[in-house]
Amino acid sequence: MIEVKDLHFSYPTGLEALKGINLTVEDGEFLAIMGQNGAGKTTLVKHFNGLLKPTTGEVLVNGTSTQQISVAKLARNVGFVFQNPDHQLFSESVEDEIVFALKNFGFEGETIKKQVDWALNLLDIEQYRKTSPFMLSGGERKRVALASILAWDPQVIVMDEPTIGQDHQQKEKLQQFIIQLNAQKKTVVVVTHDVEFVAECNPHVILMSQGKILVSGKAEKVLTNPQLVAQASIVPPQITQIFLRLADLGLPTDVIDVHEATKILLEHLRRRK
Amino acid sequence: MAIIETKDLTYTYPGATTPSIQDVSVTINKGDFVILTGPSGCGKTTLCRTFNGLVPHFYNGTLEGEITVSGLKVADHKIHELARHVGLVFQNPENQLFALSVEKDVAFGLENSAMPRDEMRKRVDWALQMAGISELSERPPHELSGGQQQRVAIASVLSMQPDIMVLDEPTSFLDPVGAEKIFKVINELNKKLGITIILVEHRLDLAAKYANKVIVMNEGTVALTGTPREIFTSEKARLIGVGIPKATKLYQHLKRQGVTLKTVPVTTEETANLLLEMLNHD
Repeated sequence: MIEVKDLHFSYPTGLEALKGINLTVEDGEFLAIMGQNGAGKTTLVKHFNGLLKPTTGEVLVNGTSTQQISVAKLARNVGFVFQNPDHQLFSESVEDEIVFALKNFGFEGETIKKQVDWALNLLDIEQYRKTSPFMLSGGERKRVALASILAWDPQVIVMDEPTIGQDHQQKEKLQQFIIQLNAQKKTVVVVTHDVEFVAECNPHVILMSQGKILVSGKAEKVLTNPQLVAQASIVPPQITQIFLRLADLGLPTDVIDVHEATKILLEHLRRRK
Repeated sequence: MAIIETKDLTYTYPGATTPSIQDVSVTINKGDFVILTGPSGCGKTTLCRTFNGLVPHFYNGTLEGEITVSGLKVADHKIHELARHVGLVFQNPENQLFALSVEKDVAFGLENSAMPRDEMRKRVDWALQMAGISELSERPPHELSGGQQQRVAIASVLSMQPDIMVLDEPTSFLDPVGAEKIFKVINELNKKLGITIILVEHRLDLAAKYANKVIVMNEGTVALTGTPREIFTSEKARLIGVGIPKATKLYQHLKRQGVTLKTVPVTTEETANLLLEMLNHD
């Protein structure tokens, strides 16, 4: 469990990026953090694994303050996939990249081999085992970065903009994959601008703006509120945009899913006949 | 009038055993707004690299077939000659910007082409204005938001007054409102200045309303070409894994249940209007 209590954070330049954040991420929760560029989303999640420490307030991971525990120790519990995979990758082959962290955490021989195979297979990058990560496309490098973290099986997985550079099919796979992780009681935190991706996953959502949390709730409640969404510089999902235009017909406007939308429209047609 | 024409274009990177693009024949007309899409690794980026001669002049390798850009045969012209006609904007503006002020960044390409000072001043101001960032001219690019940076990158390319702009997922790092602003700027360049736009994009829902043509690539070849409406209703496009916008998907789901809207919508406005029309008529 991650508890954030009245967290304020200022960068050395004086920029106050977080202005009093209170938040609890329960074990097994699936949370999406959304909001405009510069709202403080990445700054917030960097506190979850101790990369940043609060200027005031505190962040507790499983009850221990991140001030009292090293980043290396925290990383065992909280895996972090950066927005830009190039900030993370450095090995000469994809395989070495995954092996590196496992060795650091003290895993040995057979376990390393097993975990590497499992992660390569899971992220569909087995064919690049011996390839340099820097020969791969942006989307593929992103999957290597994710594989290298999943391999050590942290309880919490934080992903900063996981869908950037992924094509439609990979995005669908990533979505199934996150849902599967979540079903295995992993805690998943995603920072993203991708409204349609969030609409399909329907996680818990917090919207941020200018260092503060605007609102916290289920995706279908948060993303369908046009005022809140506009304040966070995002736009409602396409299905919601359509239903907002149909509001005069007395149809609900808190719809984000295409199947549900179809059901509502068919039901509406049936009742009118 | 064709501004880019390729005929049986095949290219293999040095050391590679299979070609990255194979027998690609496409025609892009002056003033087109083209979305180029397809699964990762399908050859989109390689094809774009042939437009300004990075392939084959910078990457070497083997290029077969023909490609003409703005009347120039790519094989016979150097990158800097082609660069006058084709501007590139990348996914992450951080990779493109380097100067200490926005206007210096925008003036860089012009300085390199030895343009007189007065003319350069005019050209920079015009490009900043078109990109909607005149008030940022003195600011250091690295202090700007992602959306502002991307507009600086667009202004830098625009200052060269290219015939063609190639943009590789230019909004993927931006929040949706910032992305919408970038697409509006790109659309104005296309509609007002007649600049041919080639947009490499996976998220078709964002750009569909501006484009008149979609090219779908798959495994190094051109799999489909058509209007957004044709592509979004194509079974082949679905099988290749092109992301169909939800506005069109809703149409398809209703159709499967026996409710057919009058036309195939590609934007949320169109879907909503078609639904209103049907529901008000019943």
